[in-house]
Amino acid sequence: MNPASAALRALRRVALPVGLVTCLATSAFAVDTHPGPDSDKQFFPIASYRVGPYASAGVQIWAAMIDYLRYVNEVEGGINGVKIVWQECETEWTADKGIECYERQKHGLNGAPVAIYLPNGAPAAYALTDRAAQDKIPLITLAYGRTEATDGRVFPYIFPVILTFYSEASALVNYIAEREGGLDKLKGKKIATVYHDSAYGRETLEPLELLAKTYGFENIQIPVADPGNEQSSQWRQVREAKPDWVFLRTWGVSTPVAIKTAVRFGFPADRIIGDVWASSEEDVLPAGEAAKGYLALTPYPAGASFDIHQRLKKAIIDTGKSDLRDTSTFGSVYYNSGLTDALIFVEAVRIAQKKFGNRPITGTEGQWALEHLKLDNARLKENGFYGLVQELQLTPADHEGGGAARVQQWDGTKWTPVSDWVQADRALLRPLIDAKSAAYAKEKGITPRDLSQDLSKQQ
Amino acid sequence: MNLFLETLIGGLLAGTMYSLVAIGFVLIYKASGVFNFAQGSMLLFAALTFVTLLEKGLPFAAALAVTIAILILGAILIERTVLRPLANRSPMTLFMATLGLSYVIEGAAQGLMGAQVHALDLGIEDVPIFIGDVLISQFDLVAAATAVTLALVLALLFNNTRIGISLRAVADDTRAALSIGINLNRIWQIVWAVAGIVGLVAGMLWGARQGIQFSLSLVVLKALPVLIIGGFTSIGGAIAGGLIVGAAENLAETYVGPYIGGGITPWFPYFLAIAFLYIRPAGLFGERALERV
Repeated sequence: MNPASAALRALRRVALPVGLVTCLATSAFAVDTHPGPDSDKQFFPIASYRVGPYASAGVQIWAAMIDYLRYVNEVEGGINGVKIVWQECETEWTADKGIECYERQKHGLNGAPVAIYLPNGAPAAYALTDRAAQDKIPLITLAYGRTEATDGRVFPYIFPVILTFYSEASALVNYIAEREGGLDKLKGKKIATVYHDSAYGRETLEPLELLAKTYGFENIQIPVADPGNEQSSQWRQVREAKPDWVFLRTWGVSTPVAIKTAVRFGFPADRIIGDVWASSEEDVLPAGEAAKGYLALTPYPAGASFDIHQRLKKAIIDTGKSDLRDTSTFGSVYYNSGLTDALIFVEAVRIAQKKFGNRPITGTEGQWALEHLKLDNARLKENGFYGLVQELQLTPADHEGGGAARVQQWDGTKWTPVSDWVQADRALLRPLIDAKSAAYAKEKGITPRDLSQDLSKQQ
Repeated sequence: MNLFLETLIGGLLAGTMYSLVAIGFVLIYKASGVFNFAQGSMLLFAALTFVTLLEKGLPFAAALAVTIAILILGAILIERTVLRPLANRSPMTLFMATLGLSYVIEGAAQGLMGAQVHALDLGIEDVPIFIGDVLISQFDLVAAATAVTLALVLALLFNNTRIGISLRAVADDTRAALSIGINLNRIWQIVWAVAGIVGLVAGMLWGARQGIQFSLSLVVLKALPVLIIGGFTSIGGAIAGGLIVGAAENLAETYVGPYIGGGITPWFPYFLAIAFLYIRPAGLFGERALERV
């Protein structure tokens, strides 16, 4: 054997284990950002769906995000001087493409790091739960995804900020109580939930059962299977049950079909309260006249009269820089949801910069910032989101933070808010969330974080 | 008893809406033996074109005429660019071609006309009519009448016109039809155009109910069990299959659903279709394939 081949063999013997150990070791840490010319910028990855069945919602959401980021860059000079760069990746709202986009974008863009990732779809959000924790990249799942991720002890990298489905159910009951004259008036009432028969739709079964037991109303649950384009039998059941209110937890075409069928079966639209995913213009426009009076819960009400819209109109819309092809949707529910998502990202980066310095923020720093995110009304007035976004305070133990919704009513052409923020009874529901997160931790062998040190620091 | 009657009648009427979608498949299958995977995309494209033209300010009749003209042009284009080059290939090859075609049509629809949701008001009120205590939807009645009329017109077309007889000849024996001078390419163009127009009618009715949006193409999911039950080659079978599926799924949801968790309408028709496959593989009115071995 010549010395060269012996050296090569020795090198192989050493290199292979070292390589394996290195791979295993690095997989336990945060992902690296690939170097590049934009290392002084902050990357905002956009996992978008501009094609496919949900594109009509998507085009407005991404436009809002891009408009706001452009506004922050051009009018505010970036986040404390750090410019934002963004890149879209098409997911078609599917888990497989969602994962592909995440893997492609998690290393940043031309050196600009990822602070926060938005999966923008329940399938991808569920699929990325473990990967994100491993890569130490926080995921924001605003108004979708796992409710139990509220428990930051078990889900340090998932943030179902602002409103989970549990809080939505509680806010609904509290709103009905407001309309009926108090929580004590709920006793003996009937609330029927017509829900999309999916993980999303079934998410409120448990909290509504608890709320019904607590307040004494009759809890009727009627599933509608996807896609829900024929619902006669469901609404016949509603008519037979004679509920006082219907909570409509549908999605896509099943919402306008539900509203039309309800009215055909003699159930008034103004006694139907839609949930977050049945609260957009796209949900009611196809239902035409039948949708007049329909109510809906939302964490981001429609309207272009909020202060942020005036600022965007002047700097982005009127100057032709908007990403919206059809500017008539400026201020729509979906547009405003995109603004809210982008706001959380920008504010989290701002908070991280206070601790880590005015520079681009990494995933671990973004996670810290989200766990210390605080948006009070004074701050919301400063950034122009007062009225559109509720006050919000997240902690390591509470990744939701808000838990309120506003109710808006469709008048045939536009949504009008008909309530202030209706707060959920989060304390009542928290034991359910803790039980679910504990079950998840047990199943996955996760040891919940000990937050006593964080809590003592806060106090 | 009222609940049973109402569920049954409502189901039968809803079933005619499924039949409308299924007829489009039958036409193409009859002429070429191919399951047209692009039928849902054609339905979406047709309805989206129609509503876009309406929103551009065209009167109803003009929008309808222009849409039909576009569908005819589309059929000629499909025949020239997809079907003609693949003539005499296996049905599986043609099926795969229609699979690709569906993506092209959906992409073209969204690229040209956008992804927005459109409301479509056909002037048919979706109000209840009471016969005794039994509630019937006026919209469903109109839809059922449309489906039956369409089936009758197509039956007349295929039984009493030269084109119809040529089509039947092609369906029976393509080579024999070619040998007596029937222009296969022209037949395909006509059939795809008629399937497009049937898709337009179905798309308008479904679109008026649920809005015209990308997911409109998913209504074809209901057509498959209808075709298995009624047979792939019979327009009458599509009507019968639709009625069976509509009635059965509604009755099952009302009477069986509550005991097994509800939400059974998407899979129950397929369950029924599998049962039919065991008993009558060609469907109720389908032609039994005889092969010399």
